[in-house]
Amino acid sequence: MVPHSRQDLPHLAHARGGTYGQARPLFEPSIVRRAVIDALRKLNPLHQLRNPVMFTVWICSAFTTGLWVQALAGHGEGRPGFILAISLWLWFTLLFANFAEAMAEGRGKAQADSLRKSKRDVKAKRLVGTDRQGPHKVVDAPELRINDMVLVEAGETIPGDGEVVEGVASVNESAITGESAPVIRESGGDRSAVTGGTLVLSDWLVIRISSNPGESFLDRMIAMVEGAKRQKTPNEIALDILLAGLTIVFLLATATLLPFSIFSVKAAGQGSPVSLTVLVSLLVCLIPTTIGGLLSAIGIAGMDRMIQANVIATSGRAVEAAGDVDVLLLDKTGTITLGNRQAVAFLPAEGVDIKQLADAAQLSSLSDETPEGRSIVVLAKEQYGLRERDLHALDAHFVPFTAQTRMSGVNLTTEGGQRQIRKGAASAIEDYVQSNGGKFPDDLRRTVDQISMAGGTPLVVAEYCPGLIGAGGSADRTNGGARGDAEARGPGGPPARALGVIQLKDIVKGGIKERFSELRGMGIKTVMITGDNPLTAAAIAAEAGVDDFLAQATPEAKLKLIREYQAGGRLVAMTGDGTNDAPALAQADVAVAMNSGTQAAKEAGNMVDLDSNPTKLIEIVEIGKQMLMTRGSLTTFSIANDVAKYFAILPAAFVATYPALGALNIMGLHSPESAILSAVIFNALIIVVLIPLSLRGVKYRPVGAAQLLQRNLLIYGAGGLVVPFIGIKLIDWLLVALHFAA
Amino acid sequence: MSHAWIQNLLFLGLLLALAVPLGPFIAKVMEGERTFLHPVLGPVERGIYRLMGISGEEDMGWKTYAWAIAFINLLGIAAVFALQNAQAALPLNPEAMGKLPTDLALNTAVSFVTNTNWQNYGGESTMSYLTQMLGLTVQNFLSAATAMAVLVALIRGLVRRTSNGIGNAWADLVRSTLYVLLPLSLVMALLLVSQGVIQNLAAYVHTASGQVIAMGPVASQVAIKMLGTNGGGFFNANSAHPFENPNALSNLIQMLAIFVIPAALCLTFGRMVKDRRQGWAVLAAMSVIFVLALSVTTWAESKGNAGLKQLPVDQVVSVHQGGGNMEGKEVRFGSGATSLFATITTSASCGAINGWHDSFNPLGGLVPLWLMELGEVVFGGVGSGLYGMLLFALVGVFIGGLMVGRTPEYLGKKIEAFEMKMASIAILLPSAAILIGTAAAVLSTAATASISNPGPHGFTQVLYAFSSCAQNNGSAFGGLNGNIPFYNYGLALAMLVGRFGVIFPVLAVAGSLGRKKVTPEGLGTLPTHTPLFVAVLVGVVLLVGALTYLPALALGPIAEQLSLR
Repeated sequence: MVPHSRQDLPHLAHARGGTYGQARPLFEPSIVRRAVIDALRKLNPLHQLRNPVMFTVWICSAFTTGLWVQALAGHGEGRPGFILAISLWLWFTLLFANFAEAMAEGRGKAQADSLRKSKRDVKAKRLVGTDRQGPHKVVDAPELRINDMVLVEAGETIPGDGEVVEGVASVNESAITGESAPVIRESGGDRSAVTGGTLVLSDWLVIRISSNPGESFLDRMIAMVEGAKRQKTPNEIALDILLAGLTIVFLLATATLLPFSIFSVKAAGQGSPVSLTVLVSLLVCLIPTTIGGLLSAIGIAGMDRMIQANVIATSGRAVEAAGDVDVLLLDKTGTITLGNRQAVAFLPAEGVDIKQLADAAQLSSLSDETPEGRSIVVLAKEQYGLRERDLHALDAHFVPFTAQTRMSGVNLTTEGGQRQIRKGAASAIEDYVQSNGGKFPDDLRRTVDQISMAGGTPLVVAEYCPGLIGAGGSADRTNGGARGDAEARGPGGPPARALGVIQLKDIVKGGIKERFSELRGMGIKTVMITGDNPLTAAAIAAEAGVDDFLAQATPEAKLKLIREYQAGGRLVAMTGDGTNDAPALAQADVAVAMNSGTQAAKEAGNMVDLDSNPTKLIEIVEIGKQMLMTRGSLTTFSIANDVAKYFAILPAAFVATYPALGALNIMGLHSPESAILSAVIFNALIIVVLIPLSLRGVKYRPVGAAQLLQRNLLIYGAGGLVVPFIGIKLIDWLLVALHFAA
Repeated sequence: MSHAWIQNLLFLGLLLALAVPLGPFIAKVMEGERTFLHPVLGPVERGIYRLMGISGEEDMGWKTYAWAIAFINLLGIAAVFALQNAQAALPLNPEAMGKLPTDLALNTAVSFVTNTNWQNYGGESTMSYLTQMLGLTVQNFLSAATAMAVLVALIRGLVRRTSNGIGNAWADLVRSTLYVLLPLSLVMALLLVSQGVIQNLAAYVHTASGQVIAMGPVASQVAIKMLGTNGGGFFNANSAHPFENPNALSNLIQMLAIFVIPAALCLTFGRMVKDRRQGWAVLAAMSVIFVLALSVTTWAESKGNAGLKQLPVDQVVSVHQGGGNMEGKEVRFGSGATSLFATITTSASCGAINGWHDSFNPLGGLVPLWLMELGEVVFGGVGSGLYGMLLFALVGVFIGGLMVGRTPEYLGKKIEAFEMKMASIAILLPSAAILIGTAAAVLSTAATASISNPGPHGFTQVLYAFSSCAQNNGSAFGGLNGNIPFYNYGLALAMLVGRFGVIFPVLAVAGSLGRKKVTPEGLGTLPTHTPLFVAVLVGVVLLVGALTYLPALALGPIAEQLSLR
């Protein structure tokens, strides 16, 4: 058995490597230290060019520094001390924004470092031919190109991404997944993909390399967590445009204030035109520095949260699209139901004792190692106290399931001859019974239909004793059961007869129904994909609470379904792992490939779930939404802040010209200088205060959009109006108390 | 409750009663459905198409549509300019009006084509009857039709799925003129004539005492001046002139005429997007801001003139007198009807006046000024008010949509970078025209010489002029001599920027939206018909307006208001 997913082996969740999956403290000292240095490095104006809002702040900071130098030289427009204070706080505004971005990146960088460790110099045995026994040449891993064949033996690191073409080996993939339990990789099938940087523990593999240097999964992962190749997402670009527009509006509003002020001074005959320092302060306070400074941190943190959830997204666009998903396609098995069906009841045919049925069922399943078979043995034991018996003692021959017979069972040798027990689908058993002279009872047929309709799987059990002549076989004696009907005896012995039905049922995962109703609350439709027949599918769909289902799904049907939803304007998310999922994955808007899946699936998807956990989609959607919500909320907050800043700066700037404007100083700030400085300081500090929020994200609640909006408007809109009044007043009061303000 | 407030309520009630049937009617007309007017006007419409040699059926992409709009407007500017130059030699000129100076003629041409109707001339002392009728009145129709066409194109962009076309500009222009503006104007003109508005082509009357009484085809021009939210008066005194607006009833009709199409278009919008609630939501947002503004103006003007408070003057509103601030107001209207008129005319981008805004109390003058600066989206101009408001809705949806964790959508159309770019440009350009224009004016000696009041009030006069022009309102604060080359050229530029700097981005948005798929509405979709969204929309409009203009307003009306004691 291969640990395929966390559901299969829940204990593995605890055995995970330390790097992943654990919530890192928000302000880890090592990250903070690095972020402080990075924040200074990011003062480079070329770096700021990417962000129009912060670039404006950069120019303003440099400009006020110039004004300060001018003031020192004695030609300044005001007190050098005041200009210096403004200038310093403008630089701080920039530094705080840089720090936020560096913090977000730092968390990824720490992760990238540990990933790099597994990328240390690896030697590869490049085969000259395709024969494992043939000659090979030892080369450095970076020299490998697509379609090179390499041999990797126990204890060696796999030099690059590729496909196993020969061999079976256990591989430790903890470098990528953080999962320390080894997994099996073998040629052919769904487990043939290997990742560079992982370790072969036993045996050997011949691998066909599938990526050139620098393009491997590990490289992509490092680039992703570091945010090095981060491209702005569509919504981020749109928001950037809006913020740039606002910046220009405020630039106009403040720049034209100088002529307005010159005219007003002339008209009023008192005061002096507004100083450039004050204008620049006003500009920086008004432009949306809060969201502008935190925007890239929010984006990087979104990717980081994905990584914390052990999902590697190949683009920020995919993360963002996850927030927009309105249809989730979920595979039934493993996602909605536990991996396997389980026996839940024995339903005997008329005139058959239930114990007899249970016994026959158990006997037929003793050698059946499938989970279904195990569950039958366990059910018989738990409900009827039937112990497992030694097959050798019974001299039993296990008859495995084949596609031709569509049955499995045992042949027992008893005193009177042979006894055959078979279990299988109703139609197969019916053939079996009839071809051995028996009759398939009508009541059983009804039971079978009922189970199917209820979403269960009926397995019919039958027995046939070809060697027995006369009533009462040895089997009856063995079981101690009463066997009454012998009227349909054939010439060679009693005819075959159906004993009853084993009801197998899909076990819907606990809590999944609640998850789906949460999703419904988010406005997301869930669609179950299953190979079952429509009746079974409908019953499970009802039990699990999904909105819709696709029964008897083929890869083509899946693809068609996705296209249909997309044509209707919906965004579709799905998970998949097999090669036959690849077309659907490529078509879906958000496609999560399981790390345990094939290379084709991983390449078709735009995210890889390292835990190979199909329910991860729900988490992914939440992370996507959180990222957008954080941006929207902080934008609202940032713009709402401006009202208070006007009330601080406008009276301060113009009270000398029009003393009546002093009435606008509703905060009662100490002096014009302290008012302006307080507003600038508040504007800088609020960025720092909001760093944790931007890294963690605004909490998403699965309630309707209207309710979410109301809530966030109240917190970030109304809050954004009120908070700066309090903050600016407090800072002003502190400045006065500490004698910083003139 | 004084009569002013009763009148305000009566006005809103009547407006609703008129808009409810008119909205769906306009939708039918613009979608080419048959109406009760088609038996008569249908052949006329087809005749026009034949005359123009067009089909009226071709579906235009947004660029083609924009070219058509630009072409008809440029043609309009050239025609009005030429008429003013040639009027001395042309008929219907009993008073022998001469050629206009180039700067003034250009200003006037641009002014009427852009639906602004800023007037740096006095009608009765400058324009021949022919110029008024063939130049100005025609543009009153065409400029209103232009904006209605652009609006309908935008709505089509919202409604259509993955379509490149946004309609046929010629058909939209013809239909809105023929089925909506012309019939309404006809009824309105007759109503006005019944109240005493003159309509003749006679020479001016010279009385024995030497007084000259101006004449002219007034009613026909006033009808479209109001219905098309143009606002350019036949006479210099505009709707304060007794021949243009003789009594309280004609005043009420005129006020209703300003708002009726902009209000109805909200409902047209609701019908065309097949969700009436959307139209009502936008109308509600407009109404909320309007009622707020109206309350402030009505209250401020009922307080009496601050300059007269020291004198033994009774300014109290009572049964014996209108009361309140009566400086610059007509006694037949009083402070109440003038406040209402001023708020309506500046909410809508009409710009007709029945009193002197310059003489309002500072706070009462602040409201009309600010309403224009909000972008003329509170009802706004015919068509232009709603397309402006829909741009704000896009911004509101964008921020609100992000706040609920989804790529923002409006009516199922995703709002992305291109739409945000165009919305930003459309909001930015008029603001730039206002602020830069005012800044240039207050720095220029020639321009400041036109200011008639000292202190903050003088500054307000300049700010008002540029706000009025860049937002295509056209109302004059008064007190500023605008007929100098600086203002004639400067304001003309502001009008062009304010008009086409919005129309072209709107058409671009229409084209871009039309090409998109429609996302079906779900629980995760931000609903845009709820009171909450109305609040968001109101918030966005007020906040953008406040944040952009607060510093300028502080040095004008706010400083003036706070200086009063």
